[in-house]
Amino acid sequence: MLAKDHAMRSDTRRRWGLALPAVIIITLFSILPLVVVIAYSFLTPGDFGGVKWMLSFDGWFSVLFERDIFDDTVSLSSAHMTILGRSVALSLATTLITLILGVPTAWFIATRPAGQRAFWLFLITIPFWTNLLVRTIAVQEMIRADGVFNRILLGLGVIDAPIQIMFTNFAVLMGMAYVFLPLMVLPVYSAIEKFDFRLAEAGYDLYASRFYCLRKVILPMVRPGIIAGSILVFVPALGAYVTPRIMGGGKSMMLGNLIEMQFGQGRNWPLGAALALTLTALVLVALIWYTRLTAGGPRRG
Amino acid sequence: MVDRAFDIRRLPGAATLAITCFVILYVPMIILVANSFNTGRVIGEWEGLSLRWYAAALQNEAFLNAAATSLILATMAAAVATVTATMAALATTRSRGFKGEGAIHLILNQPIMVPEIVLAIALLIILAQVKQITGYTGLGYLIIAHSAFCIPFAYMPIRARLEGMDLTLETAAADLYASRFYAFRKVTLPILAPGILAGFMLAFVISLDDVVISDFLKSPGQDTLPTYLLGELKRNLTSEIYAISSLLLLISVLIVAGSWLVTRKKI
Repeated sequence: MLAKDHAMRSDTRRRWGLALPAVIIITLFSILPLVVVIAYSFLTPGDFGGVKWMLSFDGWFSVLFERDIFDDTVSLSSAHMTILGRSVALSLATTLITLILGVPTAWFIATRPAGQRAFWLFLITIPFWTNLLVRTIAVQEMIRADGVFNRILLGLGVIDAPIQIMFTNFAVLMGMAYVFLPLMVLPVYSAIEKFDFRLAEAGYDLYASRFYCLRKVILPMVRPGIIAGSILVFVPALGAYVTPRIMGGGKSMMLGNLIEMQFGQGRNWPLGAALALTLTALVLVALIWYTRLTAGGPRRG
Repeated sequence: MVDRAFDIRRLPGAATLAITCFVILYVPMIILVANSFNTGRVIGEWEGLSLRWYAAALQNEAFLNAAATSLILATMAAAVATVTATMAALATTRSRGFKGEGAIHLILNQPIMVPEIVLAIALLIILAQVKQITGYTGLGYLIIAHSAFCIPFAYMPIRARLEGMDLTLETAAADLYASRFYAFRKVTLPILAPGILAGFMLAFVISLDDVVISDFLKSPGQDTLPTYLLGELKRNLTSEIYAISSLLLLISVLIVAGSWLVTRKKI
């Protein structure tokens, strides 16, 4: 009994020893900095960036509210509410667009003959692995004032002057839908690929309508892939920084850009820290919702 | 009867939407690459085919420095991430549960649960202090910071490979009086190799792809390819940007093709 106990303890020690380097690196370079962010969100902004070590709740207060300089009345901060609302709305819209385009694409790839499937998958994997910045530059080139779209429309005589698409919510949406599209296709594909199509055929042979088959047989099978894809698109979209910076500029900022601003020209580190924690909380809510949904799935089915 | 004998796989409209999706994905990238071969300085004004901008990039010292930094950074970070992730994967698999297993698992996945911009400002806050105190401003910060967020990506394929591994092989080696280390080197490691390679490639690409964290943490003269590109985008829009973007695109294609070949051969 004692020997077994001892062996178990030494096994635990050995395992912790092996995991330790990775655990230390992540603790020092990812977890500890976040703890410092929590601390900074409760401090007073320094005059030239940085912080003064005085407790203050102004950072958190300013996430949602603002105080009038003259009469001290408190009201919802319209600028921050706009950016927060835009971030959530654009991320949801991005998820919707990638669903509309991504699900049929995944379906298309999964139903190709086995030999062709690898080729189509390869075509999705290349943009998936291509630098996000490079892909954003590629979309920008399409919709710039003298970009491809405007040139074609001008050339055809459809418009007289270039349409200004850049630096609008629409431009950010197009950019994000473009860069995150592969993130939707891959998980949906792997869900459909596992699906045994004979089940659907059996349903159809038993005179179920095509729509009934789709709803009762195929959708429940594809559902986990759709949920995984949606979370894989929604979470990075919510925290996006590079794409909204290039496509939206200062006019169509998202939460990520607002956070960055506080550490740059805004010089309000505590507010930036509080905003960053707000974003993290929103992402965690989405992730927890996801684990709940997937954990509950099999039991319901 | 005839119209019942259809193929359920053929959903009306799916193929059309799928082709649309591929066109949407590829047209902007193809135009980007085409632009990089344009002779003209002004973007969009086609003046003829040339390699002028590639030549310009290859003579541009700032670009070459950024390329070297990116390469060193991605290689080092991926190496650190892969080694530590392999060790961690060995620690967390093939166990009947041990004290703190859940904690280790949570820590190892923590970096992917936090948005990149949040990690970037968090590191900026803490490393600004550290740089001031120690006076060291080298590439070391970026290397370890990149390793930290690359570990989860290296960990996944290695762990998956280990979990699919036949335990009896190691037991057999031990029965034949192989030492623990010898069994690991001669039995476990060769079986694990494709997982380790996949983990390294994944970590390498993730590091190479990073813009935000590098941009926030870099000291002067530490531009990586993406941060250099981001800076150029602000300064001046010349076709050189397209040449550099196309080179980055080429790297991605090569890596995807390479990993495709590696995984195919092993099956």
